Amino acid sequence: MTKASDLAPSYDLVVIGGGPAGLAAAALAARAGLATVLFDENPGVGGQIYRAIGFSPVKDRTILGEDYWAGAELAAEAKASGASIVTGATVWSLDPARLVGVSIAGQARLIQAGRVIIATGSLERPFPVSGWTLPGVMSAGGAQTALKAQGLVPSGRTVMAGGGPLLWLLAAQIMRAGGRLDAILDTMPRRNWLRALAHLPDFVLSPYFAKGLKLLREVRAKVRVIRTDRIEAVGGDRLREVVFTVGADERRMPADLLLLHQGVVPNVNLAIAAGVAHAWNERQLCFEPVLDGDFTSSVPGIAVAGDGAGIAGGTAAAERGRIAAIAAVRALRPAAAVPDLQTIRQRLQREEMGRAFLDWLNRPADSFRQPTGDTIVCRCEEVTARQVRDTADMGCEGPNQMKAFLRCGMGPCQGRLCGLTVTELIAAQRGTTPAEVGYYRLRPPVKPITLAELASLPIAEAERKAVER
Amino acid sequence: MYKRLDEAGTAVTITVDGRQIAARAGDTVAAALIAAGIAHCRTTPVSGAPRAPYCLMGVCFECLVTVDGIGSRQGCLVPVREGMAVETQVGKREAGR
Repeated sequence: MTKASDLAPSYDLVVIGGGPAGLAAAALAARAGLATVLFDENPGVGGQIYRAIGFSPVKDRTILGEDYWAGAELAAEAKASGASIVTGATVWSLDPARLVGVSIAGQARLIQAGRVIIATGSLERPFPVSGWTLPGVMSAGGAQTALKAQGLVPSGRTVMAGGGPLLWLLAAQIMRAGGRLDAILDTMPRRNWLRALAHLPDFVLSPYFAKGLKLLREVRAKVRVIRTDRIEAVGGDRLREVVFTVGADERRMPADLLLLHQGVVPNVNLAIAAGVAHAWNERQLCFEPVLDGDFTSSVPGIAVAGDGAGIAGGTAAAERGRIAAIAAVRALRPAAAVPDLQTIRQRLQREEMGRAFLDWLNRPADSFRQPTGDTIVCRCEEVTARQVRDTADMGCEGPNQMKAFLRCGMGPCQGRLCGLTVTELIAAQRGTTPAEVGYYRLRPPVKPITLAELASLPIAEAERKAVER
Repeated sequence: MYKRLDEAGTAVTITVDGRQIAARAGDTVAAALIAAGIAHCRTTPVSGAPRAPYCLMGVCFECLVTVDGIGSRQGCLVPVREGMAVETQVGKREAGR
């Protein structure tokens, strides 16, 4: 295990996040001779898509599928490349001068980076329905993590709700693993097909087409799928039942576990805190960094690769990581040999081909993104949709002012689970656009650290004398 | 709510509020709580409502627990260790820890 004291004071390249983008970037850069370190806060590399790759207790390869096991090659490449790969390392700060604040086992360090590649990936889009804070309600991604990393499968009465590729994949994985899944509540509006259809030809040519069809058939053959436009999780101290509507009918399904998912969005916290400019993506309904063709951001020397650069999936993430790494190598060591950029760009283009179709087809309905009434929007501070809407009506123009009124976004998750909802609610209420409303202003530390961790930062004698009388 | 696909693996014992829980090497604290069927891991500082792990990937902060005396650790990012003492957090009382 690498300790904070083992780190060099500076590296040519610091890669933040050990998913496909980070692993591919670190491997390429280290091979080309850059002093490279990769930080990941989890116990192992792989990110979410290849979570626990190399030590997953799921031995039957058919359960998670070959796309998961492909991650082993990426992890092995990064390990063999000579890059320092540090897990259990939480990056809590990144400034425009590329000073990286990182904590490992309670010890903090500030590391100077020649270049930085942010590869912090995506997180699941907030799914604010009534009762989503009850114990027994989890995100589908959470259940998938428990399956990959600990071999845990749902065994009680289980309902899934939402839509998007990950939901269907997890359903298939649970069934293959012999877990229990009573029903899938499909919340994706049928009218999404109208927008999606124009992009069908591209999707048919993409690698996702055949896989997607096979997956849908596999799941539909085993699990009841019910289309609905309203879901509520009901219970006291824990989930008791899922209430949903089918046409004019209200139905109730007793459940021990409700797994929610309506797509993924870029995890923007570190990039925004570093000063990277972001813009609203109306098709994917999220903020994403403004980047050039090499994934370099508005802050010199800082790139964002992988799903953090805009959702495109795991295979595309690796290619994006390679492109960003080549840019870093060219900037710092122009004479070093790198793989052919054009080939990588072509592979990326192929991976991204079916994305527009998937985005339009799986675009969550307004009602599942812009809740009403007593539905909790900010889980940490327990702020409701009504409070946010009423405050917007009273004249609050943006999410930062909303913090002052309601404290939404000011809890430990730092807006990760409410930011998009609050922006969209303000926009809806004030008759404007999310682009106009903007996002929370985020500042370091982007992950909570203790005073003891801050105090563990090495101090030079001159710095100590500067504050001592 | 969940079962283990494979009961093999190295047994690790942790305590949760003083009660012994059987975990496995490779579990995070949050996963061990889920596997043991523990209904919730904290109550909120605002209303005292019970909460349980939600995302298991370090973004939701619902699985905040006290680990070996240090409060508000993200249970999903902390691997279990033999003899680890986990305490659930109760409302505001733990907020200053």
